This record gives sequence, structure tokens and C-alpha cells, in this order.
Amino acid sequence: MSRLSQRFADLKAQNRAALVVFTTAGDPSASVSQAILNGLPEAGADIIELGMPFTDAMADGPAIQEASKRALAGGMTLQGVLEMARNFRQTDQATPIVLMGYYNPVYIYGPERFAQEAAKAGVDGMIVVDLPPEEADELLAPLSRSGIDFIFLTAPTTDDDRLPVVLNKASGFVYYVSITGITGTVSASEAAVGEAVKRLKSHTQLPVAVGFGIKTPEQAAAVARHADAAVVGSAVVERVAKGDVKLVHDFVAELAKGVRTARK
Amino acid sequence: MSEILKNSLRSGPDASGHFGIFGGRFVAETLMPLILSVEKAYGEARRDPAFTGELSHLLTHYVGRPSPLYFAKRLSEQFGGAKVFLKREDLNHTGAHKINNCMGQILLAKRMGKKRIIAETGAGQHGVATATACALMGLDCCIFMGATDIERQAPNVYRMKLLGAEVRPVTAGAGTLKDAMNEALRDWVARVEDTYYLIGTVAGPHPYPAMVRDFQCVIGLETKEQMKAQEGRMPDSLVACIGGGSNAMGLFHPFLDDGTIAIYGVEAAGHGLDKEHAASLAGGRPGVLHGNRTYLLMNEDGQIEEGHSISAGLDYPGIGPEHSWLKETGRVTYVSATDEEALDAFVNLTRLEGIIPALESAHALAYAAKLAPTLPKDHLMVVNLSGRGDKDIATVAKFRGEGGVG
Ligand SMILES: Cc1ncc(COP(=O)(O)O)c(C=O)c1O
Repeated sequence: MSRLSQRFADLKAQNRAALVVFTTAGDPSASVSQAILNGLPEAGADIIELGMPFTDAMADGPAIQEASKRALAGGMTLQGVLEMARNFRQTDQATPIVLMGYYNPVYIYGPERFAQEAAKAGVDGMIVVDLPPEEADELLAPLSRSGIDFIFLTAPTTDDDRLPVVLNKASGFVYYVSITGITGTVSASEAAVGEAVKRLKSHTQLPVAVGFGIKTPEQAAAVARHADAAVVGSAVVERVAKGDVKLVHDFVAELAKGVRTARK
Repeated sequence: MSEILKNSLRSGPDASGHFGIFGGRFVAETLMPLILSVEKAYGEARRDPAFTGELSHLLTHYVGRPSPLYFAKRLSEQFGGAKVFLKREDLNHTGAHKINNCMGQILLAKRMGKKRIIAETGAGQHGVATATACALMGLDCCIFMGATDIERQAPNVYRMKLLGAEVRPVTAGAGTLKDAMNEALRDWVARVEDTYYLIGTVAGPHPYPAMVRDFQCVIGLETKEQMKAQEGRMPDSLVACIGGGSNAMGLFHPFLDDGTIAIYGVEAAGHGLDKEHAASLAGGRPGVLHGNRTYLLMNEDGQIEEGHSISAGLDYPGIGPEHSWLKETGRVTYVSATDEEALDAFVNLTRLEGIIPALESAHALAYAAKLAPTLPKDHLMVVNLSGRGDKDIATVAKFRGEGGVG
């Protein structure tokens, strides 16, 4: 069983959702970023989304754009991202790592080579924002050969006709972008999230993670009542920007408390 | 690909929006349904005589088409070789070729029931053309423009505002065209219901590269007829500048299958190809940005680099995907001109013919100045004068160390 399936199965048995925490690799510096990453499981993150920095983060708001900028200014590269995953795996074998970013750096690295090296580094899944199912095959094939899940995004605009197009190629879990917008801006209502999760669940057996716009432990709890996972990105990144590892981990602990008590 | 080559170079893209390996639809899922709906709407509109009829009416009576094909006698004499003809897109309403595409897309947006139009702009010509089309149609208009470009194209910024558009400064990155396009895409994701993104060049996700090309092809189609009327035959060569590549594609496309015609696309070499420039075909490699796979300027890690050109309209690290494909097939020859060469050509045309060209178009003129003297006197060359240079006079004055403007 993959780390992702195992994690979702374990949490299902506990009747609780996963807390997915996003942080950009190399933000605000390589060493602080590694310290943040290594401490995330203990702080309460169940799954980690590790951002691959990119100059042109078209689906992201200012917080994550700035995170990319800081990471790139500090010299972070794709190789560096994999190095961080490798380091993390020395102390943690159970927490899934999903890389998230844009296609160009991966394309330039070479999808086949990247898939192989990422698998060796202990990466479990990938989210590539600008690779819709129509364009995904060239990365999907190498990833599945390497046993890495390709996690597709679905959005409020993905209607029932289109959902199967996306879900047919999905594995690991399905990521639901809860708003039409970029990261770190507006939030969906709990009712809207509930409806959306129900709709997705009628199309797929895969776990459903909901993200975009979740900023507080309360919002994370609200999402965790309906979805299999709540993803928090910009709100974490805003704390990462301060360079204070403890501040980040304390915030993650609060989020975790929200998620863990949501269905009680 | 050899199949396409054998038959026609004009049949692309394929059903999924690819020109060979280039093009495609590399966008976030939130936008994907929208892109598909634009494709569907455009597919229906182009076959609808009501749509094409209205477009053609606007092009004639509002834009002022056909634009003249002007034999530049004094320029040709100076070059001492080919007969040089200027396709006068500078004489269109709003002063550039950009309006051709805006008329087509604004009709499409209206047909789709959209209430709000967004666009990116570099030189401000596309922004002005979009704001103009919105004023004409009574639609809300928001233009994204890099902060650097707002500074160097001030007259166009005020024109857009007068026309009722909101101009949103973009400070991310170098504050140029690439960043404006990122921000427009971000806005679109957030306003998918009521907003139409009117892309200004043959880039972006499918169907934009093909659609913008189709709307700009009027340039090449007119040129064919005009040259036949004036000289009784086809031209021997075509020259156009390339930012994203829309004025070039509009001129080139109708001629692609006539293999005897030499075709030159001129990229911006900025300070020089070994320094900062915006020549993505000369100095880049295939990658993925802004919804399509194409040649891009980037570092070894696939991080996109800023372009540099004195001309805001060419200052883009990418190029339309069909140009990337035409480069690889070898049908079009891609060359470049530096800032300095473009400035010389700018001043030269102004003095010699009384026509102030856009700095963008001056890149095409700069290459023509190199090529024409090497050609025989009966060689017919068409240079696309994609726009007028009023917007650039402050930049030129500054560069020449002359005061008194702006
Ligand atoms: C006059 C003029 N020519 C050319 C361009 C470059 O665009 P394209 O390569 O799409 O024709 C611009 C862009 O702003 C322009 O204003």
C-alpha cells in the first residue's frame, strides 16, 4: 500500500480528516525550510505538500508568489526540492509528501528522470497546476511507472460532464479547489464545501481533499467535517515568511486541533 | 508532421490545439472549462455569416480597412536593392494591427454573453484597442499592464483611461508583459462567470493562438490582392517584427504554402543576443508558460527569465507556438534586431518617408535595411508596419538624449 493510501485508511479508521500543510521548498531559506518540514508531522500535519518554486505562479496569490521568490532568491532548484524530501525521509517514513508546482521546471528536468529521482527521494504524489488531464499524459506515464500518484485538481467550474475526464486519470486523492480564484484570497462557505464534496464522492472512491482559502483552525475544522482532508497553504506560508520555525509549528498544531476535533 | 508538410503548412493546429509539439492547453483546471467554451463559441461563430458579416463591416467602416500597401520609394532608393512596400497597419483606427483581433474577439465575447473584458498589454496598443472595442460595445474593461511599461508608454495609459478602462498596474517580476499576462490569468480565474479574457497576441492556450491568427490574417490576405493589383504578382519576401507574433502571423499565414516566398520574423535582440534580449527563438528553448508549449527564455532550472527590449510590445520571454513550429519546420527564417538598430530604423523612416513607426515595427524595418540592399531591384519585399510610433517618442527622445518630450 502506498503511503498516501495507508494514511487515508488509518485516518478513516479514526473517523477524522487529514490536515494537509503546504510550504514552499526553500522558503524562507534552505535550512529554515528543512527545519520547518522536518517538524511538520510532530506539529500535526498528516500529509505535506511541498511547493516547487516557480517564477510565474499563475494560480497563486501574493503570499505563495512571494514564497517562490524567496526560495528562488535563496537558490532553490528542483534538485534541491528532492534533496529536502530525502532529508525528511531520514526521520519520517510514514508521512506522505506531495510535490506541488508548475510544469516547466519538471519538463526541463525531464519527466522520466524526475519521476525516478522523486520516487527514490521518497515523494508520493505530484500536483502540477498547469497540467490538466488533456496535457498530462507525458508526465502521468513516467510517474505511474515510478509509483507516484498524479493528483488532479477539480474546481467549481468542473461540471458533471467534465468530472469523469479528470477523475479517469486521477490517483492518490482528488484535490478540490473550493473557490474560483487564486490561492490565499477568498474562502468557500461550509455549506458550499459540503455540497461539492458530496458531488465529487458520487463520482469517485478516491479521498477528497479541499483547499484554497482555508486560513483558520475553525475553517479547517469546517472543511474536515465534510472532506477527507483540509489543505492549508497561504496562511502557513505567511508565517513561514517570518522565518520563525516555532511560530509555524504552533500554527500547524492549532490547525491540527481543529481538524482532529471537527467530527467530535 | 511530414503529412502536414506535404499537404499544407496552414492546417494547424490539430484538434487538441497542437502545432507539432507546440501549443496545447496548459492551464489550471478552473480555467479549462472556460477555455473549452471559448473554443466552442469561436468554432460556431467563424461559420456564422452573421458573425463574419458584422466583423467585416466593422473592419471596413470602423477600423478603416483595407490598410494601404505603400511602395516606399525613397526608402527603397536608399536601400538600393529590393522594392520595399509597407503594409500600413499604423493607419488603422487606434494606430496598430491590434484592433483587427480586438474586433473579432469583442464580437465573440458579446456572443458569449460576457459583461466584462480583461486584457494584458505591453506597449499599450493592445490595451488601447481593447478599451476602444469595449467603449464601442458598452462593456466593462480592465487592462493589466506592467508598472515598467506604464512608465514608458504613458500616452497609451491615459488613452485607455479616457476610453473608460481601468488600468491595473502589475508590480510583480520586472513589471512587463509577462507579469501582466500572469495577473490577467489570475483575475480570470477569479471572475470566470462574467469575464472574457481578450488575449492580444497569438499566444496563450488553445484556441487563442489560432483564433488571433485568423483575425489577423486579413493583413496577409489584403497584401496578396494589393500586390497583385500594383505589381501583377506575389511578393518575393515578407518581413515582420515578433513580440508574441500576431502581426507577423497575420501577414505570413496566407503565404505559407507558397514556397517561393521568403519569410522573415524579426525578434528583439535588445542589447545583443549575448546580453539581455527578448529573442525567444534565438536564445530560448521549448518550455511551458501561459497555457502553451513554445520557445521560452529560461535558466537551466526551467525558471522563466525576463526579456529585455526597448520596445515594450516585444519585451516578452515567449512567442506564439505556431512560430515555434514554423521555426522547426524551417519554413520561416527567424532573425533579430537590436535596440540600437531599431532606433536607427525608427529615425530613418521618419525622416525619409514622413512616417513615424512604432518601435516594434522598427525592428522589422531594421532587418529590411540589412536584407533589401542585398537583393535585386525587381525583388518585391513587404514589411509589416504594425503600428505608429507616437506612443514611443518619449522613449526615443530619452535614448537619444534629447529633451522636450513627455
Ligand atoms: C505596433 C506593435 N507591433 C507589434 C507588437 C508585437 O505584438 P505581435 O508580435 O503580437 O504582433 C505590438 C505589441 O504591443 C505592437 O504594439
